[in-house]
Amino acid sequence: MQEFEPKIVAFVCNWCTYAGADLTGTSRIKYSANVKIIRFPCTGRIDFMILMKAFENGADGIIVSGCHPNDCHYSTGNFHARRRWIVLRNLLNFAGIETDRIQFSWVSAAEGFKWADVVNNTVAAIKEIGPYENYRKIAVSTLFNEEGASNE
Amino acid sequence: MSRIGVFVCHCGENISATVDCEKVARISGELKGVEFSADYKYMCSDPGQTMLKDAIREHKLDGVVVAACSPRMHEPTFRNACAEAGLNPYLCEMSNIREHCSWVHPKSDLTTDKAESLVRVMVEKVKKNKALNSIKVPVTRTALVIGGGVAGIQAALDIANCGHKVVMVEKLPSIGGHMSQLSETFPTLDCSQCILTPRMVEVAQHPNITLYTYAEVESVDGFIGNFKVKVRKKSKSLDEHLCTGCGLCTTKCPQKKIPNEFERGLGFRPAIYVPFPQAVPNKPVIDRENCTYYIKGKCKVCEIVCPTKAIRFDQEDEIVEVDCGAIVLATGFDVLKPDFFPEYGYGKYKDVIDGLQFERLASASGPTQGMIRRPSDGEIPKKIVFVACAGSRDPAKGIEYCSKICCMYTAKHAMLYKHKVHDGTPYVFYMDIRAGGKNYEEFVRRAIVEDETHYVRGRVSTIYEKNGKLIVKGVDTLMGAQPVEIEADMVVLATAGVANKGSEELAQTVHVSYDAHKFFAEAHPKLKPVETNTAGIFLAGACQAPKDIPESVAAASGAAVKVAALFSNDLLTREPLIAVVNRQAPPVYSSCVGCFLCQSVCPYQAIEREEIKNRNGEVIRTLAKVNEGLCQGCGTCVALCRTKAIDIYGYSNQQVYSEIMALLND
Repeated sequence: MQEFEPKIVAFVCNWCTYAGADLTGTSRIKYSANVKIIRFPCTGRIDFMILMKAFENGADGIIVSGCHPNDCHYSTGNFHARRRWIVLRNLLNFAGIETDRIQFSWVSAAEGFKWADVVNNTVAAIKEIGPYENYRKIAVSTLFNEEGASNE
Repeated sequence: MSRIGVFVCHCGENISATVDCEKVARISGELKGVEFSADYKYMCSDPGQTMLKDAIREHKLDGVVVAACSPRMHEPTFRNACAEAGLNPYLCEMSNIREHCSWVHPKSDLTTDKAESLVRVMVEKVKKNKALNSIKVPVTRTALVIGGGVAGIQAALDIANCGHKVVMVEKLPSIGGHMSQLSETFPTLDCSQCILTPRMVEVAQHPNITLYTYAEVESVDGFIGNFKVKVRKKSKSLDEHLCTGCGLCTTKCPQKKIPNEFERGLGFRPAIYVPFPQAVPNKPVIDRENCTYYIKGKCKVCEIVCPTKAIRFDQEDEIVEVDCGAIVLATGFDVLKPDFFPEYGYGKYKDVIDGLQFERLASASGPTQGMIRRPSDGEIPKKIVFVACAGSRDPAKGIEYCSKICCMYTAKHAMLYKHKVHDGTPYVFYMDIRAGGKNYEEFVRRAIVEDETHYVRGRVSTIYEKNGKLIVKGVDTLMGAQPVEIEADMVVLATAGVANKGSEELAQTVHVSYDAHKFFAEAHPKLKPVETNTAGIFLAGACQAPKDIPESVAAASGAAVKVAALFSNDLLTREPLIAVVNRQAPPVYSSCVGCFLCQSVCPYQAIEREEIKNRNGEVIRTLAKVNEGLCQGCGTCVALCRTKAIDIYGYSNQQVYSEIMALLND
């Protein structure tokens, strides 16, 4: 059987992690090709819907990475991201999605090595958890209907 | 229907060595909406850009994807090329298939597949891009220079001489920085203060420069061209306008035994003091922590003796607001603290000193009037051991980097010692001699040959005191790792240059990045060495990494030119990638419900209230509105908006969802 190759999307901020991932490249540090990056201005921009959309479209795992606390280019965006992550964890539990499928990390523009580690560790972790297949079952609409029915 | 052009760059072999660029171009050409695709050896070259422009015109392209290096590198290049061909620059996107693909994965089908999907993502994104016009904002032609060392001084003078206003903020009571502490400078042995003090005076007297000493930056708001900075002028307990700088107060102050920071603890100063004789401004401050009046509530000798009644014990800190268009960070460096070297006995033995202390001993204005004397008993040392790389290039001490200046100043120290103590014997323990620079190698040779300095290649393991001598135990690696033991009278440690205390906090206040060693990070190590990642903020001198004087001065002039170039425009062009609140026809007006959650999270106060009135002038709706001049495009409001009424150009919901779908559905 072919080894499971997870699909992982990385949502990263432009100023720290995107630049950090650039440095990983400039330094020719190798990492797993399973992860593909989508650039955002700031992790503060990344809302629930974006993460859910990724799962809905078949992502097995997600990395959200931005500037270290206090280093945000926009002062506070990463704090909003962190708070949102705390709330989202409960939502994931509620929806039956393993919280380990989303890795939240801080990678600065100087941490090329760290980015490679984050990617490789995430890939290893997702391989361990296995593919994420039941997204259709828990599509938001279905959930809503069931919950709506039980409330009545 | 879109007409998108995809251009795949080989980047010489940087991409094509691991990615099949021709295949990427071919497959991309089959994507829906792609009208034209090609690959080329160097897209950023002139012929590459011409190819892009020709294709836009010939195929009437309405979107462009360049698959090449990081957009942080060449996005402006390709956007300009598009604009020149008549395509709105914001309809051009880059796929990063070099830094994020070819350089980090081995040659394989998987790597090519990844490149293809990265291109597909951008093709889908660019379909949703909107033509945008850049935003023009006015420029405040005042520069703020933080730090008054040689780099800050050079930057301030260069900017001021271009005819622009400069505000200089210095933390200490005087400008001058570390350079004012030095005795003589390598490789010419000219006197440091002789070349620096005229420039310090020039700063103080320059009509375009406002100098705030004993002051620190409290907060920085705004953006390039329009920063609003709050500066805290710490209370000097002195009316500077009345003070004539006569110095009577400093001679009469009963507190006389406070370790003098400028002398690196080798001398003493009173509680009301001028840091050094050539200080600029040459007016005293009261050190409230050590002043008898502030400790015990009585004394006031300085107030009594002051002929102009300038002392103000009840003076409070003052906050000054500075509007400026650019900021130059020139906060310098520090040297490693002594507690790093228990094995060398720094702090335990008085005669183990650091390089800056030796500078003070060798300085004619220093505590020994330029005589090299041991701190412990004032004797003239007959044997000095200099230890290079004390901390530097030592991962065990957490400092992997080379501090760069130590090889040179250690050679200088050995030379100065020999010039002052003719029968003295200098030893230098070193790892390698790094003397790259104009006349630097010759200078080190001179120390070895003419001044008979004994260079021992090896490291010092331990230093201890025995019968009034310092026993230095080390190894000579050029003599077959033979152990060496030297009975020295004094030891000078060339301690590593480290980031200034508080540099991390300052970086966070000013919003610039910094590296693992807390030095400020440049925007690009080669091509943008004085810029930071934050537009309008520049770096000068050793706040970026250890630098010698010529390098610091060169960087400062470089930063000054960047500031002057910025100030040569009446209006600044800013990227229009900002948030926008949707508007619809009445009676809906907008999906904004006026909760103003966005206002509470905006770091720039860019969300305003817009009232919609009916014909009778009554307010019927209050909507959020984004101030274009203030919005920096972080998108935090977008994520927070409950009704998705705010979106952000360049990273809109539609664009992001398209990217996600393209990325995952292959």
